[in-house]
Amino acid sequence: MDFSQNILSILIWLPIAGGLLLLAIGDDNDVQSSRSMTMRIVALGMSALTFIVSIALYKWFDNGTSAMQFVERVSWIPALDVYYYLGIDGISAPLILLTTFITPLVVIAGWDSIKVRPAQYFAAFLILEGLMIGVFAALDGLLFYVFWEAMLVPMFLIIGVWGGARRIYATLKFFLYTFLGSVLMLVAFIYLYGLTGSFDLFEFMNVPLGMTAQRLIFIAFLLAFAVKVPMWPVHTWLPDAHVEAPTGGSVILAAIMLKMGGYGFVRLSLPIVPDGSAYFAGLIIALSLIAIVYIGFVALMQKDMKKLIAYSSIAHMGFVTLGFFLLWSISSGTGAGLGATGGMVQMVSHGLISGAMFLCVGVLYDRMHSRQIADYGGVANTMPKFAAFMVLFSMANAGLPGTSGFVGEFMVIIASFKANFWYAFLAATTLVLGAAYTLWMVKRVIYGEVANDKVADLEDLNQREFFVLAVLAFAVLLIGLWPAPLVDMMNVTIEHLMQQIGQSKL
Amino acid sequence: MELTDYISAAPEMTLLGLICVVLIADLFVEDERRMLTFWMSIAALVITGWSLLATAPVDRVVVFSGSYVSDPLSQILKITAVGFVALAFLYARDYLRANGLHKGEFYTLGLFGLLGMMIMISANSLLTMYLGLETLALSLYALVAIDRDNATSAESAMKYFVLGAIASGALLYGISWIYGVTGTLKFEEIATAIAADPGLNSLPLWFGLAFVIVGIAFKFGAVPFHMWLPDVYQGARTPVTLYLASAPKLAALALTLRILVDGLGGLHDVWSDMIMVVAVLSLLVGNVIAIAQTNIKRMLGYSTIAHVGFILLAVFCGTDKGYAAALFYTLTYIVAAAGAFGIVILLSRRGFEADNISDFKGLNARSPWFALMMMFLMLSFTGVPPFIGFFGKLNVIDAVLSSGYTGLAILMVLAAVVGAFYYLRVIWYMYFEPAEDQAVLQASPDTRLLLSANGVAVLALGIVPGWLWALCTQIALSMR
Repeated sequence: MDFSQNILSILIWLPIAGGLLLLAIGDDNDVQSSRSMTMRIVALGMSALTFIVSIALYKWFDNGTSAMQFVERVSWIPALDVYYYLGIDGISAPLILLTTFITPLVVIAGWDSIKVRPAQYFAAFLILEGLMIGVFAALDGLLFYVFWEAMLVPMFLIIGVWGGARRIYATLKFFLYTFLGSVLMLVAFIYLYGLTGSFDLFEFMNVPLGMTAQRLIFIAFLLAFAVKVPMWPVHTWLPDAHVEAPTGGSVILAAIMLKMGGYGFVRLSLPIVPDGSAYFAGLIIALSLIAIVYIGFVALMQKDMKKLIAYSSIAHMGFVTLGFFLLWSISSGTGAGLGATGGMVQMVSHGLISGAMFLCVGVLYDRMHSRQIADYGGVANTMPKFAAFMVLFSMANAGLPGTSGFVGEFMVIIASFKANFWYAFLAATTLVLGAAYTLWMVKRVIYGEVANDKVADLEDLNQREFFVLAVLAFAVLLIGLWPAPLVDMMNVTIEHLMQQIGQSKL
Repeated sequence: MELTDYISAAPEMTLLGLICVVLIADLFVEDERRMLTFWMSIAALVITGWSLLATAPVDRVVVFSGSYVSDPLSQILKITAVGFVALAFLYARDYLRANGLHKGEFYTLGLFGLLGMMIMISANSLLTMYLGLETLALSLYALVAIDRDNATSAESAMKYFVLGAIASGALLYGISWIYGVTGTLKFEEIATAIAADPGLNSLPLWFGLAFVIVGIAFKFGAVPFHMWLPDVYQGARTPVTLYLASAPKLAALALTLRILVDGLGGLHDVWSDMIMVVAVLSLLVGNVIAIAQTNIKRMLGYSTIAHVGFILLAVFCGTDKGYAAALFYTLTYIVAAAGAFGIVILLSRRGFEADNISDFKGLNARSPWFALMMMFLMLSFTGVPPFIGFFGKLNVIDAVLSSGYTGLAILMVLAAVVGAFYYLRVIWYMYFEPAEDQAVLQASPDTRLLLSANGVAVLALGIVPGWLWALCTQIALSMR
């Protein structure tokens, strides 16, 4: 069956329709009732179906061109010249695949651990999935913004309804922080609309802009994306949101929503305001290095596992922004694309690893209802299968060669060597710091003597949890050992992007 | 007087005639049969709406020796006003019956208010405008006091009346100065007089203008003439607040556009600064004070003030885009406002007013559907896409930016972020808190259907906002 002309629309609207269907089915307080089961099966079916469709997307995707593929363009608001304009290239395609891959896993992970209003829970995730794919596929500024903002609402509810003790504080902080960041992006969009008469992102990329305008637009974009990434010093919402969110929420937040920021930099900041980006590149590099080093130390001090992983996310996302903004510091042409490719690989890899880490913490939390490192110890004795996975993902988080965590970080470090020795030096400290905070946590949680009776009573992974972690472990090792398919997918697009950035728009 | 004069004013005359019929018929209806008055009022609105459509002007028609105008702007505002008065009646019915307030006066006063609005909307001279304004205002004072034994209602009605009378006085005083300087009351002649003699554009006229703006700001509830608004919103019975919060905003917009654009368009440089100050203050004061409210009607009152800031900033631009944006914002804002007060009515029952924000706690557990509807409305107020409120804000920001006021645009979006907090708080109470009140929602099926349509409308309009924006642009272009 050939539905390649509408595949992006299908990917966006299928999960949203699934979410609405779940809301229509409604909640049943009895977890075992047939309505509850139907609802769960629909949730899993819809997310799995979306994933299957995205495999077709992967199959049909042409690595050899930097042009937009699977383009759909229909007039949406003629009075404002807004189009329902979708299309993907090598930058957005991997992120869409990541989204469709992670969501079914989140559904499985929440299968019976969500007791309160599960239908709304799964519906929120499915609607969120559609909106996130929409962000990655939108090529019209207004459409992009619509998906970008609408995405906040399901996440706001996920954290607020199913979160931990301080969930209300965390979710309000999350919403207001990101809302504040993105409204200025809207102003920038409307300004560009005033210049071009359209919200088409390619029009934005082609319009000549003065230096002052570029700097201001860059700052507006920076606020939106820096909050999402999040970059130091606007990262403070993330530890709160991660800690209070339910496991599934943390996974989606870490695995995909943080990528929105990085994606925004490559899709919007770099090509629309290349000179503004060049002007501020030093600032971004500095902020990224601070995130890598300083936040690494902060992570070392955490007593709460989720918080530790949250801080480690910030540090790892520092590599992404570092990779993207290195190109102006590299004199010889060869390394420029490497940094950006490394940043992209790092985004995908971090999506898998951080998602897996949060799932691991979720597994422990479901059993012990504690996230404190001090409450654990010797888990390997009672949960050997779990311990194996946890150790694997921790190694990946620390950037062990052979795992996906290594590939992106290595590429970015190589690129920074070409730029400046000290950039590379500081970036490479992550290999030490990352290993320190992750492995120290593993040591305290997994190894050692069985700490208390509760740990002694722990049951090992059930089949469902085993399946989810095994799938993720497979993906982490696959990208670590054989990153070529992923890199090939984005190579041509990134080369094209580098050329595009190289041309001044003044 | 020619026949065309009467044809153009036929909707108003029809409405007046029908109001008299309702008024007289109501005298002979016993309390148990009061529904008859309700249905007669609805019928009166339907007939008025039909006569509006039947006499739709193709172009601008000025009648009654230049005191009265019928144009596309008046057409859309009147049709919307009729629709929202009908909506207010439909939402109000169950509440009024449950609370022993189901009197014919509610409907006849509501209809008289509508007549006042329609006259304001079609006014082409300062005097016509003033007559319409007073017809509306007197009906509103009485409506607020409709529950005469309720101390809060009586107090807020008194406050409204006294302050409203002062504002009307200020407006009339300003009108007299404008008349004194230009020698005419008709908007077109005022505009011609100012264009012909630049010397008129000086202190005496500005003095009159300042008082007119006081009147406009009062009617809209813009800071610093907003003091009445939260008290009246809170004090009035909820159906009255709903009435007050929806259709009269259209009349206030007409008041603004007719006087400032049709009449004093030549003075844009002078009034734009005054409007800007008022608008920015409304935006800031409204959003900040709303955060501190615990009463949802009062909170929505302050939120209205903030939204009025947006409308006035659109007018401030003085461009066609700005006027179109003001029209679009007003039309879409009242959709959400009517829905929000409708939900407050829905949660109320005999002897219980759901007017505290905490009464919304756990609504998701009690009624997931109406919690969803309320969430839609709140998100629309916040300006989150794809709800219609977002497009209202988008158009205003676009108008402000294309007039070159980047700073103002940034201020507006930042104010919107501040505003997000108190709208989110309603969602927070509905979704994140357990229910304190387990009572089942009592509402007739048609009210439920209407409220659902109202809630879905803010989403549906947001998904297809293009036609409305095209219509508003077209109307703004036809204004001169």
